[in-house]
Amino acid sequence: MSPNLTLVVIAGMLVACGVTLLLERTLTRVLVGVVLLSNGINVLFLVASGRPGRAPFVTGGTTAEQMSDPLPQAMVLTAIVITLGMVAFVLALAHRSWQVDGHDEVQDDVEDRRIVRRAELDETSAGYDDETRENGDEDGAGVDR
Amino acid sequence: MLTLLLVHAVAAVLAVPLVKRVDRRGFAVLALAPAATTVWAGFQGPAVLRGENPEVVVPWVPSLGAELAFRLDPLSWVLTLLVGGVGALVLLYCGSYFHERDPGSARFAAVFTAFTGAMTGLVLADDLIQLYVFWELTTVFSYLLIGYDADQRSARRAATQALVVTTFGGLAMLVGFVLLGQQAGTYRLSEVVADLPTGTTATVAVVLLLVGAITKSALVPFHFWLPAAMAAPTPVSAYLHAAAMVKAGVYLVARFAPAAADLPQWRTTVLVLGLATMLIGAYRALRQHDVKLLLAFGTVSQLGFLTVLVGAGTAAATTAGIALLVAHATFKSALFLVVGIVDHQTGTRDLRELSGLGRRMPLLAVAGTVAAASMAGVPVAAGFVAKEAAYDAFLDDPLVLAGLVLGSVLTAAYSARFVWGTFWRKPGVPDSTAPRPSPGFTAAPLALATVTLLAGPLAPLVDRPAALVAQELPGEAEHLALWHGFSAPLLLTVVTFALAALLVVGRGRVEAWQARGPAVPSADRGYRRTVRALDRVAVEVTGATQRGSLPVYLASILLVVVAVPGGALLWTRPWPADVVPYDTPGQVLVGIVVVVAAVLTVRARRRLRAVVLAGVTGYGTTLLFVLHAGPDLALTQALAETITLVVFVLALRRLPPFFSARPLAGTRWVRIAIGVAVGTCASLFALVAAGARVATPVSLDLPDLAYEFGGGRNVVNVTLVDARAWDTMGELAVVLVAATGVASLVFHRRTGSTDQAFAPSTDPPPQAVPESSRQNWLPAGSTVDPERRSVVFEVVTRLTFHAIVVLSLYLVFAGHNQPGGGFAGGLVAGLALVVRYLAGGRHEFNTAVPVNAGWLLGSGLFLSAGTGLVGILIGQGVLQTAVIEFGVPVLGDVKLVTSVFFDIGVYLLVVGLVVDVIRSFGAEIDRQIDEGTQTS
Repeated sequence: MSPNLTLVVIAGMLVACGVTLLLERTLTRVLVGVVLLSNGINVLFLVASGRPGRAPFVTGGTTAEQMSDPLPQAMVLTAIVITLGMVAFVLALAHRSWQVDGHDEVQDDVEDRRIVRRAELDETSAGYDDETRENGDEDGAGVDR
Repeated sequence: MLTLLLVHAVAAVLAVPLVKRVDRRGFAVLALAPAATTVWAGFQGPAVLRGENPEVVVPWVPSLGAELAFRLDPLSWVLTLLVGGVGALVLLYCGSYFHERDPGSARFAAVFTAFTGAMTGLVLADDLIQLYVFWELTTVFSYLLIGYDADQRSARRAATQALVVTTFGGLAMLVGFVLLGQQAGTYRLSEVVADLPTGTTATVAVVLLLVGAITKSALVPFHFWLPAAMAAPTPVSAYLHAAAMVKAGVYLVARFAPAAADLPQWRTTVLVLGLATMLIGAYRALRQHDVKLLLAFGTVSQLGFLTVLVGAGTAAATTAGIALLVAHATFKSALFLVVGIVDHQTGTRDLRELSGLGRRMPLLAVAGTVAAASMAGVPVAAGFVAKEAAYDAFLDDPLVLAGLVLGSVLTAAYSARFVWGTFWRKPGVPDSTAPRPSPGFTAAPLALATVTLLAGPLAPLVDRPAALVAQELPGEAEHLALWHGFSAPLLLTVVTFALAALLVVGRGRVEAWQARGPAVPSADRGYRRTVRALDRVAVEVTGATQRGSLPVYLASILLVVVAVPGGALLWTRPWPADVVPYDTPGQVLVGIVVVVAAVLTVRARRRLRAVVLAGVTGYGTTLLFVLHAGPDLALTQALAETITLVVFVLALRRLPPFFSARPLAGTRWVRIAIGVAVGTCASLFALVAAGARVATPVSLDLPDLAYEFGGGRNVVNVTLVDARAWDTMGELAVVLVAATGVASLVFHRRTGSTDQAFAPSTDPPPQAVPESSRQNWLPAGSTVDPERRSVVFEVVTRLTFHAIVVLSLYLVFAGHNQPGGGFAGGLVAGLALVVRYLAGGRHEFNTAVPVNAGWLLGSGLFLSAGTGLVGILIGQGVLQTAVIEFGVPVLGDVKLVTSVFFDIGVYLLVVGLVVDVIRSFGAEIDRQIDEGTQTS
């Protein structure tokens, strides 16, 4: 099957631009990146579906070979609606982030940063129970009953 | 045998309500479970001693070879008797040991009973995996029992330490089991032992198995967890850490010794570690002031002794080992129970504070002294018989014999120290005036002491099973008996006692010498260092990989995409040769627009600009769909793109118009580089994928199938609602969750609760439309700020709204045969509502949609799922379409396809999504803005 170079290039450019935005910290930018990325992937489906034919409707005159491949189209259709839902959700996140912090930048995870700091200071984890007995004698095991 | 375990399980479950109701008296009832084990084992005795080995095999998953297998051979029989008998006595003892209304006793009773069950299962199991499961069950229950006093830090730490050490060993053992099972071709324990595989793998497996035994039985270098585990209540020490659980390792060694004792690795490990443990444990026991710790180190020592005996692999040593097993289980639990009573009555276990207890509690003193005498190996008690037999077994191995004698000297010395320390009168210490224990309290240790005393003269009773266990082994064993005449072992016993007497007499000097510092490096410190090092490694690894930065995570994922699948491109041959530049020239034109828009989106600094440019790429994609003959796609994409734009604009109203200051240029270039790399890879993937498509596509049959079975001409739509209906249903669920998430995020108020998200009634539509509005084009038009009102917009909305809604319904019903469908219809209806909102504000929107979005979403999913069930009701598969044709007078023939209802569900759900989004980003943000202007 012969791939369509124009579609390949469009898809590649959309993906490249989408990924560039995806790596930003501003949530709105990330979201726009997702939109570009999803458009790019949808175009990839077109590449994979082969040459265009007639619209996939069963009518008297059209044979299956003459139609565009309907299966990728069905997949893309669901993808479009999912993207819509996702855009709405991430926008809500961005809005919430603005409400709470006054901006929509994705911050580093606080707990993760704490662990990184511990690693830099050569400390143990917070849950580590370091019971150092001065005499280092194992006979001193605490016994209470 | 399965019944026994079930009895324990039921007893453990009932223990909590039972003990809660009748308090500590419940322990006596629970003791019936292990007592039943003992009685059952007693009845099995004749059969076992005849050499029959009763078996029970319950097939479980025959195809996997998984089964429950139990077997009662002489070794298991001896241990079952001990586990059951001592368990019952200790549970009886618990009835007096715990204070009345002790809040923890119910939980303790349950865990303890469960433990006795697990231990019984362990010694009866005849399947390697099953053995492992029971093994780990005892570990877990032991953890819970040691940590009984969870408020004590030392108890928690001891429990964790015991768990970590024994689980480590248990895992090693599991690996060993699996290796052995795979090599032998069976996981049946008796069969594996009967014909142990040979070779390197099997040797490694056996060594791993020894690691399990060593950790469980607290041998050097893992002995440290056992003294620490003395943080547990005394019944636990008496049972788990003397009679039962720590014997599991000894049991495993005894189980495999007949087959593995020839391996040099086995012999060296067992003898060296066993002797070292015996000596170190006894040495340390001699310097303890806490009598419970003294016993704990004594136990460590005896476990080493036992391991040497049962692991040596000769008939004589094994016979001695079984004798010692019985002796130790009885005298050591008796001693622990005695200490428990002393602690309970006097409140201390320090032998420097105890004095004159022998007069105060004579019965207890008798029990303690008899048990200690048995431990020391004083004639006629069980310990004496066992030690004589042990000396006899190693007469031809002077090195081991010397170790055993030395260990026994120390044992006798610390036994004397125990009796002296606990019961003797000491100068300068006031005599104890503690209350005397009740007879019931003393009964259990007294019974055990009696057994250990009588087991000496009655040694021939133990001889029969011991001989049966040893019959597989080389060499001949002397029969167990009190009197063998004047022989070398007797002489060694005399020597032992003479040396021990010297140690006792010169105890002041011994103590001074020991006090000069531990001669043995502390294994506990090693454990702590190891755990700390592990923790540090974990922190470093987490710190290095878990940077907490979203861009870093995404970049790592994307770089893997470039490196791994992208790297695979290098080996791809051949590349598709027949690449076409374009199908129609229009594609090139659209492509240029899309690409330019995409690049400009990346460069945009204004939010709105970026969004609009992204929209351009979306509409461009729509055109590409049109050119590719996908009318449904194009329709849905165009509608979705429009709604996306509206949503973006509504949501971005409150965010700053510009993106925040751009980070350093350097990282920007990195981002662009990653983007270009991923984009390039994606393009190449597309080329390769298209080139790989050489088979006849499955979709060639789709149109015919769609018409024949799906009853529709629109192949894409039939695919969605019929062929891939499951997929669509999953997608609907995702949309529902996303919509609900949007509402809860936006409606979330800092002080309020999230349930307002589902209650648009907080902002109710005007109940009675004002009189004046009758002249308005829109019912709630007057609620809009006059400056923002547009009459033209209102008129157009009024005129087109209903037409658009009708169109959306048409799309749903026609969608089966023509372009359209539930998604497109729902989006059209949503757009109609968007227009209504834009023209008339949030009150207008609420008038148009007087229901909660949740209703729309829920009924949509319900309808779709319900249609799926119809398929079952009419005797077909889930989500299978049924075609019903009937005539209606005016409309003519109607062809009703059940999947239309599925599509209506899709329609409702999509409308619900849009309603939710508008209500959140539109109405709710309007309200927040209004509130903000009012308050400011």
